[in-house]
Amino acid sequence: MKKELIELKVNGRRQELAIEPSKLLLDVLREDLELTGSKRGCDDSSCGACTVLVDGVSMLSCTLLAASCEEQEITTVEGVSEHGSLAAIQKAYGDWGGAQCGYCTPGFIMTVKSLLSSNPNPTEGEVRHALSGNLCRCTGYNQMYEAIKAAIEAEQKGMATAKS
Amino acid sequence: MTDFSIIGKPVAMVDAAGKTTGAGKYTDDLSVPGMLVGKILHSPYPHARITRIDISRAEALEGVIAIATGKDAPKTYGILPVGHDETALAVDKVRYIGDNVACVAAVDEATADRALRLIAVEYEVLPAYFDPEESMKAETYLIHDGKPHNLEKDYHHVFGEPEKALAEADYVAEGRFIANEVTHAAMEPHSTLASFEIDPHTGKPGRLTVWSSTQVPYYLQHKLSLVLDMPMSQIRVIKPLVGGGFGGKSEVIPLEIIAAVTARKAKAPVKITYTREEVFWAHRGRPRTLIDMKTGVMKDGRITAVKARVVQDGGAYCSYGVVTILYSGALLGALYDIPNIQYDGYRVLTNKPACGAMRGHGTVNVRFAFESQLDELSAKLGMDPAEIRRRNLLKPPCITINGLRVQSYGLPECIDQVVKRSGWDERKGKLGRGKGLGIACSHYVSGAANSIIRSDMPHSTVNIKIDRDGGVVVYTGASEIGQGSDTMTAQIAAEVLGCSLGRVRVIAADTDLTPIDIGSYSSRVTFMAGNATLRAAEEVRKQIALAAARKMNCAPEDLVFREDAVYKKEHGAEVAHSTKDSGASVSGRVEGQILRGSLQQKRKEEGPKDWMTFEEAVVAAIDFHGALTGTGSYAPPAEARGGKHKGGGVGPSPAYSYSAQVAEVTVDEDTGEVTVHKVWAAHDCGRALNPVSVEGQIIGSVWMGLGQALQEEMIWKDGLLMNPGLLEYRSPSAVESPDVEPVIVESVDPEGPFGAKECSEGSLAATIPAISNAIYDAVSIRLHESPFTPERVLAALRAKRNAKAINMTEGVDPTAPTRFREHGGSLWFRGKGPERHPLDPSRREVVTESGGDD
Repeated sequence: MKKELIELKVNGRRQELAIEPSKLLLDVLREDLELTGSKRGCDDSSCGACTVLVDGVSMLSCTLLAASCEEQEITTVEGVSEHGSLAAIQKAYGDWGGAQCGYCTPGFIMTVKSLLSSNPNPTEGEVRHALSGNLCRCTGYNQMYEAIKAAIEAEQKGMATAKS
Repeated sequence: MTDFSIIGKPVAMVDAAGKTTGAGKYTDDLSVPGMLVGKILHSPYPHARITRIDISRAEALEGVIAIATGKDAPKTYGILPVGHDETALAVDKVRYIGDNVACVAAVDEATADRALRLIAVEYEVLPAYFDPEESMKAETYLIHDGKPHNLEKDYHHVFGEPEKALAEADYVAEGRFIANEVTHAAMEPHSTLASFEIDPHTGKPGRLTVWSSTQVPYYLQHKLSLVLDMPMSQIRVIKPLVGGGFGGKSEVIPLEIIAAVTARKAKAPVKITYTREEVFWAHRGRPRTLIDMKTGVMKDGRITAVKARVVQDGGAYCSYGVVTILYSGALLGALYDIPNIQYDGYRVLTNKPACGAMRGHGTVNVRFAFESQLDELSAKLGMDPAEIRRRNLLKPPCITINGLRVQSYGLPECIDQVVKRSGWDERKGKLGRGKGLGIACSHYVSGAANSIIRSDMPHSTVNIKIDRDGGVVVYTGASEIGQGSDTMTAQIAAEVLGCSLGRVRVIAADTDLTPIDIGSYSSRVTFMAGNATLRAAEEVRKQIALAAARKMNCAPEDLVFREDAVYKKEHGAEVAHSTKDSGASVSGRVEGQILRGSLQQKRKEEGPKDWMTFEEAVVAAIDFHGALTGTGSYAPPAEARGGKHKGGGVGPSPAYSYSAQVAEVTVDEDTGEVTVHKVWAAHDCGRALNPVSVEGQIIGSVWMGLGQALQEEMIWKDGLLMNPGLLEYRSPSAVESPDVEPVIVESVDPEGPFGAKECSEGSLAATIPAISNAIYDAVSIRLHESPFTPERVLAALRAKRNAKAINMTEGVDPTAPTRFREHGGSLWFRGKGPERHPLDPSRREVVTESGGDD
């Protein structure tokens, strides 16, 4: 298939790319932009390891054509760390054992980010529901809930200190 | 001494940031210049002879660089020395749907896919065997020559006098249990990148480097050397981050060899990453197991004997099979005190993907049967199920009747803990209709006392190097696969050397850099690589102490290493605090590390001190010894290596972990749906080196057990996997997963590093029977087949009421694609999979329709 020129905005940077129009966003991120944080765990949108944010909404990049994301803000896990340091959710996932093998972790981080942007104080039921599209085979999810709780607390504390 | 500064403290894994930021690299994230994509052609038949392979049309395709077939690597291999029955690519026969036939290396995936379709393979289809009991009757068309009746291996063990003891028992329970096949489904699909270097002296392809998602880099190096006919010294295996293993990467998976074979033929680096469907075909999971078990007890609850006949549906190759069938028997012992055991194990070959090692290797299915039967017996006796377990405890230190040495034994406390926390005594049997509590126990080895390849070599070796910068570098062959191996290594080194965790850098699992370690399987890393790390660090500490003691005018034994300082014993904690305040050591810089002349001058002027910073001590040691390195290794002691009977080498371990669990469930009697609300899981891990990791391992094991108990199952139709996708395999999501309350029990093993034992596998086996027993408590049905799907629960409920069974899958014929498409089963979709199944009726249409697009 003949390549076409497209422009993607990934993690705040504009990227001009020559890709086949049939190319999936996940492959463009991993192969053309070398952003390998987003993972392929299945081939049919059943595991969530490839989750990215498209205009703030969590989407599965393994079933999304890259060319359809022009003019949209794409955020990958590489765009989550703030100013070169871990974001609260990333720190908490490490501290509370939310990540073991880590393969599903970027997808979970993006899903949680999307959840917290629309619902900054979710109940455990809401968290479980939000995470149910992402699969993890190591943790049994329990320690993720702890991590998410800790991250919310850290964020709130951070905001409180910023205000005072 | 229990006053540790790093051991026992919850710490984030040393590689956590790489995982949460996406910066960490897994094999599929790697690329090298000129790298090709490899794609494998799989067999569409469960059992067939290959009469001809024509690759000419595929080879002619633009962008195809090389195509490898069986004749490019005809040597057989296998993870076990007794099971060398695989070739990387089929030489003359395919033995399961998905068996590997050829591999294309091309410039991109689309080209490789196109080329696969141009390879013409002619098969002579043979009768195939799918059921182990049928397979055992086979006289002709054997799956492997030299394996009559398709029997991979059978073992018959008798310890004590089981027949007599069963005859004398007051109560006997007997029954058949079936545990269906499950697979690891690690989140990271297997991936391998193989690259040859050109040898500067010969100008020809020389050294091979392989990056692979493996739990066993050294076994991979060994098997590559065997199949490629290259010396091991010319092969470097590097294990990048691994996205979960659970045993699925604990042996050499065909793609690892195929990548190297194809790279050699293509004269270019080749990377192969399995699709999810291929991961299911690669499998090596827990076999479908048929267990006929008979257990006898006296009126006081004491077990007199157990008799088990176990048949495992092993799939088409040996894999770890011989070990699995032995574990199933051996681990009947070492949990309870059972004086008489009879075990008959049969590992049978069938035309399905090979089964291998999976979390709780060999013990899980038999434990399900035993713990269910014990529950049944407690009901017969009218005894509390927790009490019957307490009546059968071992009295360690002891050696069980089947030759397993037990030293530390935290099972009594595990039972007490879960009974207390779950409110067992108050709530059992009183939860109301459809609700119940169940208890079960399990145990597991902390590494096998005998390695797969018989030799006297240590199972783990660790090197430590400290340089003038005060940085501690630990070189270990142990494989981090998400379980926290690297973190455990860093913690032990830091604890022994009394330095902060931030100083320690772990270089792991690179056969060029790290000393040999046999890998991450059978929960051996903490015990074995941990002990090797401990010994290496102690050797280094001894050297530092010698030099530091000279500087401080004291005996080396009088020195304490703690909080980045070395001080005389009597000076105690206040020194440790003052070092922190001085800012000299913790910042990691000491003037004169390089300009040591001036430091020595300063010291001379000051005279001997009562303490030194870690860096100062290190510099002193290097000045004194010339270099600062240490090495340690671990081999299990001879007395832990088990009995002398045939097959007695499998099962013995230097230490066993213990687990007790209580599960709380609700059973919907109308739909048959089982909901697990909570699992209390106590696990004796000897000592929790990193409690957050230990809890994570316990929860993860319970969760994986829950999956096997309730929903995970590999469903086969004539050798074709019906559910080769994560959605169809139905691993539990966050919504279906219960709360797990992990309880750490520390029995402090006399031989474990700081007393630590296994924590990653043992819990899994208790979960399935705990749930089954809870279902019995809730609705009085005893389930004999896992998983406990609504269909099976409903059938048992109806059978209890003597009602007619409803066949819920009646009329759903997987060969009728219109019905099955709604269900999933991706192989049945057009365009998916290498070739459609011969049973798929719409296959015929494809031939006539030319193209056959929907």
